[in-house]
Amino acid sequence: MTISMSTPDFLIERDRDRCIKCQVCVRQCANEAHFWDEEEQKVKANDALCVDCHRCVTYCPTHALTIRKYPLEFRENANWTASTIKAIYRQAETGGILLTGMGNDRPYPIFWDHLLLNASQVTNPSIDPLREPMELKTFLGRKPDQLKVEDGRLVEEIPPQLELEVPIMFSAMSYGSISLNAIKSLAAAAERVGIMYNTGEGGLHKDLYKYGKNTIVQVASGRFGVHPEYLQAGAAIEIKIGQGAKPGIGGHLPGEKVGLEVSQTRMIPEGTDAISPAPHHDIYSIEDLSQLIYSLKEATQYQKPVSVKIAAVHNIAAIASGIARAGADIIAIDGFRGGTGAAPLRTRDNVGIPIELALAAVDSRLREEGIRNQVSLVVGGSIRNSADVVKAIALGADAVYIATAALISLGCHLCQKCNTGKCNWGIATQNPQLVKRLNPEIGAERAANLIMAWEHEIKELLGGMGINAVESLRGNRLMLRGVGLSDRELNILGVLPAGE
Amino acid sequence: MLREGEVRIPSGCAISGIMNKKGEVFSGHDIIQSIALMHDRSNGLGGGFAAYGIYPDFPDHYAFHLFYESAEAKEKTETYLNMLFHIAESGKIPTRRVPSVKNAPLAWRYFAKPKPDALFEDESEDELVVRAVMYINAHFSGSFVVSSGKNMGAFKGVGYPEEMGEYFRLEEYKGYIWTAHGRFPTNTPGWWGGAHPFTLLDWSIVHNGEISSYGANRRFLEMFGYKLTMQTDTEAITYAFDLLLRKQNIPLDIAIATLAAPFWRDIERMSLEKQTLYKAVRTVYGNLLLNGPFSIILGSNKGIVALNDRLKLRSLVAATQADVLYIASEESAIREICPEPEKIWAPRGGEPVIGLFEEGGIQK
Ligand code: SF4
Ligand code: SF4
Repeated sequence: MTISMSTPDFLIERDRDRCIKCQVCVRQCANEAHFWDEEEQKVKANDALCVDCHRCVTYCPTHALTIRKYPLEFRENANWTASTIKAIYRQAETGGILLTGMGNDRPYPIFWDHLLLNASQVTNPSIDPLREPMELKTFLGRKPDQLKVEDGRLVEEIPPQLELEVPIMFSAMSYGSISLNAIKSLAAAAERVGIMYNTGEGGLHKDLYKYGKNTIVQVASGRFGVHPEYLQAGAAIEIKIGQGAKPGIGGHLPGEKVGLEVSQTRMIPEGTDAISPAPHHDIYSIEDLSQLIYSLKEATQYQKPVSVKIAAVHNIAAIASGIARAGADIIAIDGFRGGTGAAPLRTRDNVGIPIELALAAVDSRLREEGIRNQVSLVVGGSIRNSADVVKAIALGADAVYIATAALISLGCHLCQKCNTGKCNWGIATQNPQLVKRLNPEIGAERAANLIMAWEHEIKELLGGMGINAVESLRGNRLMLRGVGLSDRELNILGVLPAGE
Repeated sequence: MLREGEVRIPSGCAISGIMNKKGEVFSGHDIIQSIALMHDRSNGLGGGFAAYGIYPDFPDHYAFHLFYESAEAKEKTETYLNMLFHIAESGKIPTRRVPSVKNAPLAWRYFAKPKPDALFEDESEDELVVRAVMYINAHFSGSFVVSSGKNMGAFKGVGYPEEMGEYFRLEEYKGYIWTAHGRFPTNTPGWWGGAHPFTLLDWSIVHNGEISSYGANRRFLEMFGYKLTMQTDTEAITYAFDLLLRKQNIPLDIAIATLAAPFWRDIERMSLEKQTLYKAVRTVYGNLLLNGPFSIILGSNKGIVALNDRLKLRSLVAATQADVLYIASEESAIREICPEPEKIWAPRGGEPVIGLFEEGGIQK
C-alpha cells in the first residue's frame, strides 16, 4: 500500500501539566483519537482521527484539552484550497463518492443576514409582551376562501388544521439516522411546548406512539414503517419528495445501523441496507403526487392535513403552485442549507437554492395565483435563531422547521460526521454505548428550553413592531428592509432596501 | 417628491361621526363644528367628510365623486364611464373660495346606473362599480374616484377639515349620517386623493391610527382582487369590510371579530360552539386582523360601526342623545355639539359601537 497523503484536519493539544491521566478522553472518543500508551504510561492522541466534536474537551475534568485547526498549510492558493486538494487525495485513495453529514457549510450568501426588522417609533406604539397578550398560535392546513356563518354558528367545518403554540416545528429526522433517545427528546419537547416533531422516513418506534398528537408521520420513497396504524398515529402526514441537503437523490441507511429496533420500526430485515430511491416509484408527475395525497387522505378519513416536503430548487415557485393544486394542505420547503444524516458532499454543497429566495418566490407566486390561503408554507434549512424565524414569517412562511438547531440544543457540535455513526453525543448513532450518552429527559428539557427561549424573543421582536399576533406578521414584508442586496434580489424577496 | 400611493405615510388623526337612527336628515353644520374642535389633532394636510342621505333625488343611482388634475384625465375617464354607465346627471361639485385652500383639483360628480350589457356574466352592479373604481384609480393618471356609493358622497382634500367643510359648502347638504376626519400625516400626501375618508360603494371609513399589520392585510386583500393604490390603512380597512360584508356575506359581528379578533385567552372561555367559530375566524382570516392602534368609524347606508383596536391604543368616545348617536376621538368634540348627552361612554378595545337603521336601536 502506498502512503496516504491525507493529513489531519485537527490538532489535539494536551496540556501535560494539567492531564491527570484519568483516560476519560480515551473512553469518550468513539473515533478512538485518544489512546493509552501502556509503555510510556501516557495518554496520547492520533490527530488524524479527530473530528473536532468537543466531547473530550467538555468531559476532561482538568480542562487539559484543546482542539485546533491543524496548522499544516498548503502553499497559498485562492483557487486550490486545502479542502479541495484534500478531497482529491481522498478520492485518489478510495475511488469513491465523498460523503458528509449536516448542512452545506460553504460561504454562500446568507440572506437572513441581509434582512433587517422594523420597530415602532412615535406614530404607532410598541407593545410590551410582559404587559399585553402576545399571540403566536398558528394553524397549518388548508384554509377555505371564506367561512359560512349562520345564526352565530359555523355551518361548514373548516378542513383539519395542525395547531401550534409557537410557529416552529422539529423537522424530519428518521429513527436510524438519529438515535431513539434523540427522537424521544424531541417528541417530549414538542409535547411540552405544543408543537410538532416529525418522524422522518424511519417509521414510528412503539415507544413514540404516545406522542401522536405532536407527531407528523412521514411517507418517503422507501415507505419504511408505513402501515395504517402509523398513518393514524400522527396529527399530520408528510410526503417527502426531497430534502435540501440532497435534492434529487435518495437516501441510504447502511446495514450496520439497522439493528433489531430499527429493523422492526422500519419493517426491514435486521442488518440490511435501507435504501430510499431518489423518486417515489409511484410518483413520476404531479398527477401521481395528487393520487398519493388523496390515497393518504382516504386512508385517514380526511381527518389529517397532508404535507408535501420538497427541496428548494430552481423552479420552486411553479412546483409549489402545482403541489398546492394537487391537493396538499401544507408545503414544506427545505433550503439548500438543510442538514442531513448523510449526503454526497458535492450534492450537498452545490445543489438547490437558498430558502429565503425560495420562500419569497413561492409565497409571491401562490398569492398571484390566488391560492396562497389554500396551503400553509413551512420552511427550513437553515433557521438558526428566533430572528430568522421572524424574518421567515414576514417573508410569508406560516411556520418554520428546525432540525440542526434542535440537534445543537441536544449537544450536537456540528462536526459533520453524522454519516459515520460514531456521534460522540449520542445523537446520530445507533451504537448503544453512545446512544445512552443522551438522556432523553435532559434532552427534552434542553430542546423545550430552546423553543421557549425563541418564543420569548419572537414576542419581544413582535412587540417592538407594534404587533401582538403573529398572523399580522405573516407575509408582512413591509416589516423587512434589505441591506447589501442587489435590486434583483430585493425584487425577488419583495422587500425595500433600508432607507426607503 | 413622491405622492401618497407611491409611498406610505403614517398619520395621526381626529375622527367624528353623527347618526340619526330614525333616518332624519340634518345639515353638515354640526359635524364641521365637532371636528373643528379637534383642530390640534390635524395639521392641515388632510381633512374630509362622508355624508349619507344627501342625494334624495337620485337614491338608486351610484353617485360618483371624482377628482381630476387635468382636462385630459377628465375626458379619458368620462369616455370610460360612459362606456359602462348611463349617466343621469353630472356636474361640478359646488365649492366656494377659501383663501387657505390651494391647488384644488377639479371635483366632479355623476349620478350613474350600470348599462346592463356592460356587466360580465354573473357580475352584480356593485361588482361592476368596484371594477370601474379600481380601473380608474389604477389606470387613469390624474383621475381619482373619491366616492361611488348610492345616496352618499365623500368630500375631502388637503387642508383642515373645517376648511374642507367650508370649501365644499357642506352646511348646504342634509344627511342622516355624517362622519369626519382630520389628518396629521407625517409627510405631505401631495394630493387631494390622499385625504380621508376612503370609500368604496357606500362604505366609508374614517380612521385614526397606524396599523402595523398593513403589509399582511394588503397582501391578503390583493389575493381577492383588490388593488391597493393608496398605500393607506384606511383603504385596506375599507376593502376588508367590503370583502367580508358584501362579497362574502359574513355577519357584522363576525366581521368585527375578524378585524379586532378576541384574544385566544378569551376564546378559551367561550362556549364550545363559539370557540369553534372564533377559532375558525382566526384560522381563516388571521391575515385580516388589524394590529396596532386604530379607531375607526365605518359608514354605510345601513348605519355606522365604530371600533377600536383590541388593546385600545387610540381614544374613542361614544354618546347618545334622543335619536342621535355621536362618536368622536375626544369627548369634547361630542359635548361641543351636544353638551349634555343622555349617555356617554368610552367603548372598550375591540368592542364595537353599532348604530343600525333597521334594528332601529343603538347597541352597545
Ligand atoms: S473526535 Fe471529539 S472526542 Fe474525539 S478527540 Fe476529537 S474532539 Fe475529542
Ligand atoms: S480526560 Fe483530560 S485529564 Fe483525563 S486523560 Fe484525557 S486529557 Fe488527561
